[in-house]
Amino acid sequence: MSMEPLEVYGRVKERFGGQVLEIADKQPDPWMVVEPGALAEICRFLKDDPETAMDCLGNESGVDYKDRIEVVYHLFSYQYRHTAVLKVKLPRDRPSVATLEGLWNSANWMEREIFDLLGVNFDGHSDLRRLLMPEDWPGYPLRKDFVEPLEYHGISTMRENPIIRLHAKKK
Amino acid sequence: MSTFRTEEMTLNMGPQHPSTHGVLRFIVRADGEVMREAVPDVGYLHRSIEKIAEKVGYHGFMPYTDRVDYVSAMFTNHGWAMACEKLGGVAVPRRGEFCRVIATELNRLASHLLSVGTMGMDIGAMTPFTHAIREREMINDLIEELCGARLTFNYMRIGGVGWDLPPGWREKALAYLSHLEPIIDEYNALLSFNKIYVERLANVAVITPTEAIDYNLVGPNLRGSGFKWDLRKDLPYSIYPEFEFDVPVGKGEWGAVGDAMDRYMVRIREMRESARILRQALQQVPDGPVLAKVPRTFKPPAGECYVRLESARGDMGWYVVSDGTAYPWRVRVRTGSFAAMGMVRKLSRGLMIADLVALIASLDVIAPEIDR
Repeated sequence: MSMEPLEVYGRVKERFGGQVLEIADKQPDPWMVVEPGALAEICRFLKDDPETAMDCLGNESGVDYKDRIEVVYHLFSYQYRHTAVLKVKLPRDRPSVATLEGLWNSANWMEREIFDLLGVNFDGHSDLRRLLMPEDWPGYPLRKDFVEPLEYHGISTMRENPIIRLHAKKK
Repeated sequence: MSTFRTEEMTLNMGPQHPSTHGVLRFIVRADGEVMREAVPDVGYLHRSIEKIAEKVGYHGFMPYTDRVDYVSAMFTNHGWAMACEKLGGVAVPRRGEFCRVIATELNRLASHLLSVGTMGMDIGAMTPFTHAIREREMINDLIEELCGARLTFNYMRIGGVGWDLPPGWREKALAYLSHLEPIIDEYNALLSFNKIYVERLANVAVITPTEAIDYNLVGPNLRGSGFKWDLRKDLPYSIYPEFEFDVPVGKGEWGAVGDAMDRYMVRIREMRESARILRQALQQVPDGPVLAKVPRTFKPPAGECYVRLESARGDMGWYVVSDGTAYPWRVRVRTGSFAAMGMVRKLSRGLMIADLVALIASLDVIAPEIDR
């Protein structure tokens, strides 16, 4: 039977108790914060439990909040058409959480992207390489304090404003 | 018999290759003609669009969304607008919703036409591409009349659309649909049921529904596996519940269910359904405004939302976090091509090298959508 997100969170809370750190009844989308160590277990429960049957990891993304990094999981059940949003809060210094690749293969690439752009380490990931940025790129671009280097392998990342150049030519 | 020494080859395909649908690279490990594995290397088109969103504000990000998927920019426009409206609690006027549906369905037609055309070209049939592009040009002309652009539309706004339908445009669009529907039969006669074409695609890269869901494959690729799922029907948004249309799925008429041919045929059949929706929408457009009053500095309350819509490449998800200021804190786009490309490595095992091209074409992968 289809459940509201808050019902799903209540069910998880009932089962996992203190490992659910927070249930945020916010609009438009409510979410649940869980203990990073218990994430894989909770997700396995949500996937295997016939009442929730979350067979699809629809989206996985990372957000930098300056004092912490959160990884956000949007789960979806094709059978019941209900959703759940799970979050884990990680320290900004060496953030690390277990991979969900074993549960949903779609996690593989999304976790690579988060690793690439936010520097989150996924324990047990089979192929944790940078996905979008070059392999020797310094830093993690989606972090709020990222400063773009002025050049990369001798190629400038800045460009002279073409309009200014045009005016300089006229003179 | 003396032993014949064989060795595994590592080949490079791309990034500039005519059949990679953008700038994409594959590192292929092959044993003769059979691939052990093709490892995609993406990122050549990464323009940090998600980071740009944090700097330009809600209204200002709309033109950038065009560049997420330049083949079907209406959907990325629509997704961004829907996410902002959900965050800020903006209601779209009814005529605005009609304009949106008309524009997106036209764009779906254009995108599928390109997909079908390039599919033929990738397999080696050059002519159907020019036919498909011919029909796509007419859609581009129609959309140009609507919003002044042929590729990066920037048509939608938070709260509606930028411009109303021009006078006489509806009749032109309806005339185009009457022109297109017989043309689809022509494509079928020319390309789809061609024996060589069918042989090249049937039983190639079969995907089961369970695998497809596991890899989060969406849209025509998921439906090609015989799984009936369309967000327009199953989790309806906008005004889609008002229209009558079917959801075509792969039936395995030429080979196994979920092969490349099924994914191709789903796109062909979806074009007819899009035409059906368009016909109904064009005939029912109500009067009224197309754009709600939205403040110039759009500041949605702090919170976050995740919206999904059925783009030409399937379920597209927009995750937007607002901190209550005029700039979004975080924007994430989850696209269909990204998931499809994540599956290529698995699907490529045991395929012929020549079939890699058929596989990529059948997944309808668009490189900018992967890299953003």
